Amino acid sequence: MNIDCLENAGRRDFLRKSALAGGGLMLGFYLNVADSATKQVAKPSTIAESGAFKPNAFIHIAPNGTVTLISKQPEIGQGIKTSLPMIIAEELEVNWKDVVIVQGDLDPIYGSQNAGGSRSTPTNYEEFHKLGATARTMLIQAAAETWKVPASELIAHDSAVHHPAGGRKLDYGELVAKASALPVPDPGSVRLKDAKDYKLLGTRIGGIDNPGIVTGKPLFGIDVKLPGMLYAVYEKSPVFRGKVVSANLDKIKSLPGVRNAFVIQGGSDLKGLLPGVAIVADSTWAAFSARKQLEVVWDEGQGAAQSWAGFAAKAKELSTQSGTEILRNDGDAKVALEGADKTVEAAYSYPFISHASIEPQNCTAWYKDGAIEIWAPTQNPEAGQKIVTATLGIPKDKVTLHITRSGGGFGRRLIPDYIIESAAIAQHLTVPVKLTWTREDDLRHDQYRAGGFHFLRGGLDDQGKLIAWHNHFVTFANKVVKDGKPKLELGSGANLSGDEFPGRWVENCLLEQTPLECNIPMGPWRAPRSNVLAWVFHGFIDELAHAAGRDPLAFRLEILGDKGFIPGTGEQGIPYDVNRMKHVLQHVAEKAEWGKKTFPRGQGQGIAFHFSHRGYIAQVAEVTVSKDGKLKVDRVVVSTDIGAQIVNLSGAENQVQGSVVDGLGALVFQELDIEKGRIVQSNFGDYPMIRIADAPTRVDVHFLNTDNPVTGLGEPALPPLAPAVCNAIFAATGKRVRQLPLLRTDLSWS
Amino acid sequence: MSKYKLNINGAPKTVDVAPETPLLWVLRDHLNLVGTKFGCGIGQCGACTVHIDGQPVRACQTPVSSVTKSQITTIEGLNANGEHPLQKVWQELDVPQCGYCQAGQIMTAAALLKKNPRPTDADIDTALAGNLCRCGTYLRIRAGIHRAAEIAGKETV
Repeated sequence: MNIDCLENAGRRDFLRKSALAGGGLMLGFYLNVADSATKQVAKPSTIAESGAFKPNAFIHIAPNGTVTLISKQPEIGQGIKTSLPMIIAEELEVNWKDVVIVQGDLDPIYGSQNAGGSRSTPTNYEEFHKLGATARTMLIQAAAETWKVPASELIAHDSAVHHPAGGRKLDYGELVAKASALPVPDPGSVRLKDAKDYKLLGTRIGGIDNPGIVTGKPLFGIDVKLPGMLYAVYEKSPVFRGKVVSANLDKIKSLPGVRNAFVIQGGSDLKGLLPGVAIVADSTWAAFSARKQLEVVWDEGQGAAQSWAGFAAKAKELSTQSGTEILRNDGDAKVALEGADKTVEAAYSYPFISHASIEPQNCTAWYKDGAIEIWAPTQNPEAGQKIVTATLGIPKDKVTLHITRSGGGFGRRLIPDYIIESAAIAQHLTVPVKLTWTREDDLRHDQYRAGGFHFLRGGLDDQGKLIAWHNHFVTFANKVVKDGKPKLELGSGANLSGDEFPGRWVENCLLEQTPLECNIPMGPWRAPRSNVLAWVFHGFIDELAHAAGRDPLAFRLEILGDKGFIPGTGEQGIPYDVNRMKHVLQHVAEKAEWGKKTFPRGQGQGIAFHFSHRGYIAQVAEVTVSKDGKLKVDRVVVSTDIGAQIVNLSGAENQVQGSVVDGLGALVFQELDIEKGRIVQSNFGDYPMIRIADAPTRVDVHFLNTDNPVTGLGEPALPPLAPAVCNAIFAATGKRVRQLPLLRTDLSWS
Repeated sequence: MSKYKLNINGAPKTVDVAPETPLLWVLRDHLNLVGTKFGCGIGQCGACTVHIDGQPVRACQTPVSSVTKSQITTIEGLNANGEHPLQKVWQELDVPQCGYCQAGQIMTAAALLKKNPRPTDADIDTALAGNLCRCGTYLRIRAGIHRAAEIAGKETV
């Protein structure tokens, strides 16, 4: 372990111990994190230990004035390690240059540490204001007592309390001892700053780890190095749910640098510990090299019969049949379609794709004396701890989990399969071990974005109004065992809510669903469901608009109508504020000069919107398609309503621009084929990802600060990109893209 | 196993590894220089880009035995104080998201700027074509290279 790591570990340990000193933790208290956290550490005995002021588990002010703030959520590139502490710093009136941020380990004192669903900001925003304001209130009180003046005469700014009337100030460091002796006020009673006085929130703050990133410091899971650490690889069946029959372990053990090789029996849970062969060696390369000589006989099981071609054929067969499940049935879609002035019919499909986070899955674990310590690049540390306890029987309080920075998440690192593999390997050893997946492992053992097929019919009346919508969605499910009984469970992200737009807007609406059974692991991929549903529905709506001879923007505004706020219905109900969506839609149209520009053939604009993760986003894409069919996205305009306040303007803009590029990459390039139950592609050579030349020339990002709760931005800006681009392609060329990836569609024109 | 003398970031280093071991893993596992990243292992992602005698090269495709007579520069040695114009600009423009690919992006961009001090967008797109950014920070990478070129231009005047 290098010095940086040791220093950080030491600081973490110290903070951890001091945070835990209060004892009596409660789980799942994040809704009231300030209150509970305050109670944990407000004891003078804890404070005396360090001489620091610690009004709660997240703030630590040293006598020298250094303010250490804990980042509770895992940093996966979404910027949360910078943005959440900014909220505390704003209320605390601390100068950002005085702030040090330390990544917290998994610890119930911090509440939920799951970085998924764009929830990190909305679930912590208000509490983090209170955390900072509580500390500021106490520091002001400490100064008031020092000077014997009313607190109302004092103001805090720039890491100090000022007494304007007396022309004096005390730096926070000087107030540490006195503030530590004060009772912690009720977090509900402290005054929060008025948004108009914000100095930090809404400004551009660079990522806190940027200095380390640009100089190559160890930050990521794969960079962890411990004394005496060994290096492992883990080979699993290329066919999902295959089992190990035998392996040439003796030979592998005889190879240079190999310390051990063994079979792990594992189970059949696609998100758990699957069967495989572990090789443990002196170095990563020794492990990789030995693996090239590994021969495993697999019992491939029934999964070997599955293929994408087979699924597609089955889906086509189902297209004319009724679904096995009705998700929504308003009015009478079939009758309305028969009586419609015009009908449009289309089949849309998309393949399975990988997350392909650029840092392959990896995890370091150290098993000793019945306890295990884990260092993981994870979005979901709680799930990591839980699966280790459930699978290996190590009690929860003996599972320590350190959260490292992750080289991308996109939902992949919500699933702890690589954590349990590392822990299971570590249980065979007495020294620490780092498991590193190869890119091939990563691509062939992902928790994939599910493929899907939509068979759509839409009906228009003689005014060109959308009056009927029928969708048969053919999706994917895994067979699982729940409570001892086999059950077909829809893949994560492979489901469709009956409320999904335009589900509640069209008077005659029939949504049906049929799952195909498969052994392919499925998991949340950035903006689950939405990342493809927006493309399907806004593509088909565009087809209907053109069939009706209507402007695509006007057609959409008519569908949205004047419904105001619509509460969600059913199990996956989605509340929806129509006015917010119309607002962003009209805003983006204005900024992109929708309908006011004329384009030559081969160029055009497309529009789309989508609501997900509490965010209302509309986009206009402008594209050029050359005669030989080469696509260039010239400009994307994004209008975003994610509530009243942008926390970090630089990070927020980066997320939106990144979502646009990511959405374009998934749209144009990404595709996995499945043959004989295996993923065909292996690495970036046959699984192309978007590169710099294909990125849009320009992405204009607009944030409409509205009087609504603040929410997250890791996901909602992605879904509208694909339909906006495809609708622009149609405007430019008359070619409609109904199958992903886009590179399968010939866009050439003459 | 064989002993290899290497010159890395201006300092001599000796490692005892198998001859075909890629420079990437020598840096990461044997020399604790982990700024050079593993992304694909087949030279497709660029996360492992280092300079060999000033040229951007994929360390995952470079056997250690082939670089014993070369000057090897990694992100840790790009500038003694971490103040290469690209390193400063990457912070100024807040280019990274997850940050995993950025050392490779910077090493490739640094080699580009040495050869072409005022690159166009097209020059950048060509030179950086081998470096994937999964988070999609390409717009800021382009802007960052232009800005670094501007700063470097002023510094040399």
